[in-house]
Amino acid sequence: MIRVILALCMFGITGVNLAIAEEITIAAASDLNFAFREIVTEYEKTTGNHVRLTLGSSGNFYAQIQNGAPFDIYFSADIAYPRKLEEAGLTVPGSLYQYAVGRIVMWTRHESRIDVTQGFEALREPTVKKIAIANPKHAPYGRAAVAAMEYFKVYDQVKDKLVLGENISQAAQFVDSGAADVGIIALSLALAPPMQAAGHYWEIPADSYPPIKQGAVILKGGKNQESSKAFLSFIQGAEGQTMMKRYGFVVPSPR
Amino acid sequence: MNWIAIAVTFKLALFTAAVLLIIGLPVAYWLTFSKWRWKFIVESVVALPLVLPPTVLGFYILVAIGPHSPVGRFYSDVVGHPLPFTFEGLLLASILYSLPFAVQPFAAAFEQVDRRLIEASWTLGVSKLKTFFRLIIPLSVAGLITGAVLSFAHTLGEFGVVLMVGGNIEGETRTVSIDIYDEVQALNYAGAAKTALLLLAVSYGVLILVYAMNRKVWAVWPQR
Repeated sequence: MIRVILALCMFGITGVNLAIAEEITIAAASDLNFAFREIVTEYEKTTGNHVRLTLGSSGNFYAQIQNGAPFDIYFSADIAYPRKLEEAGLTVPGSLYQYAVGRIVMWTRHESRIDVTQGFEALREPTVKKIAIANPKHAPYGRAAVAAMEYFKVYDQVKDKLVLGENISQAAQFVDSGAADVGIIALSLALAPPMQAAGHYWEIPADSYPPIKQGAVILKGGKNQESSKAFLSFIQGAEGQTMMKRYGFVVPSPR
Repeated sequence: MNWIAIAVTFKLALFTAAVLLIIGLPVAYWLTFSKWRWKFIVESVVALPLVLPPTVLGFYILVAIGPHSPVGRFYSDVVGHPLPFTFEGLLLASILYSLPFAVQPFAAAFEQVDRRLIEASWTLGVSKLKTFFRLIIPLSVAGLITGAVLSFAHTLGEFGVVLMVGGNIEGETRTVSIDIYDEVQALNYAGAAKTALLLLAVSYGVLILVYAMNRKVWAVWPQR
């Protein structure tokens, strides 16, 4: 009920939304979907600050930030995007850092007869009709999936079976819903409670695709650089690191 | 349910309907009463959002108000921040996107007003402006409500345009339809279903209102 009243109050005030002093807006790659919801909740609980979290594909965020999107911090799945923003002078100098290395897995539902432990050979099976991956055009995890399929020399045979999610979360949703038979998704999503309950995965060997170096940066266009730094130190702190590791992120050793 | 997204959506829809009620009236008046032979060209422009893919409209708006366009630069120089990915930018996009949903019912209602009454008013020396407010508007109330309500409902369900120019920011541009999309990707089907049901109920309710009104089940302007 309180939330209804709150929402109605907000509805009445035009232009001014949530007059909380310490508020940051974060753009995060979709592979952080479950991990970041948890981390943000924990961060808000310990600091009392509010975080507005937007999830999407790293490439789309890159384009939006160039067009003036008002984000404070950008967590990309590919460090190349924030690096380009740094070169364009859109970031707070010295704030760019690599926060994790991502991994990809082959995932299928428990009731599926596809044996993902066979690796990429399983994709050739005629029972595999649709394979979900993220759109390699603007999603780093999609590019990693294509690279791994090329490495195992199955890409040409299976490319007509590919269905593209707008980001890696949507690819995971395609296979979770059963609409696709198998998916190449982020390990961090496969380790999320609802995905673990619904299916199982095979970890794709890390040497079959270029390492997914994930980078974050504080943006010049943001409103609250101090709070942004506080959030980054929370992620780098013991609590944040434990949660990131639980979601399968290989965390680089501190500089 | 995400009450913040619901509040943002209703605020956006209400503002869009209000603005369209103000700018839609003169446009509809001109479309109804102008005798210009090339009028159909303007009519086509007004109807364009009906057939244009929302991504196309969204793309053009993004380019037009972005930091690389003169308009976008002017706005950010004056206001201090760029227009895309803000509530104001989204409002502008919604107004363009819902324009035909307001203007077409308005124009249809004006068309229905007996020409003899209008001409009688003019010949009795009542100015065109006064005739518009004291005669045409009262006789077109059902059409005006239809237009306002349809543009309100159309804005509630907007997705493609919001995806292109909104940026999905909580409390600012994350509308209900985007929230449903997010919830599905977070595999929260129960949450998505609840919000989807709300949108279904509101949309159905709005259409019942519009059809009932046009059937004159309720007289909106009681005869005295």
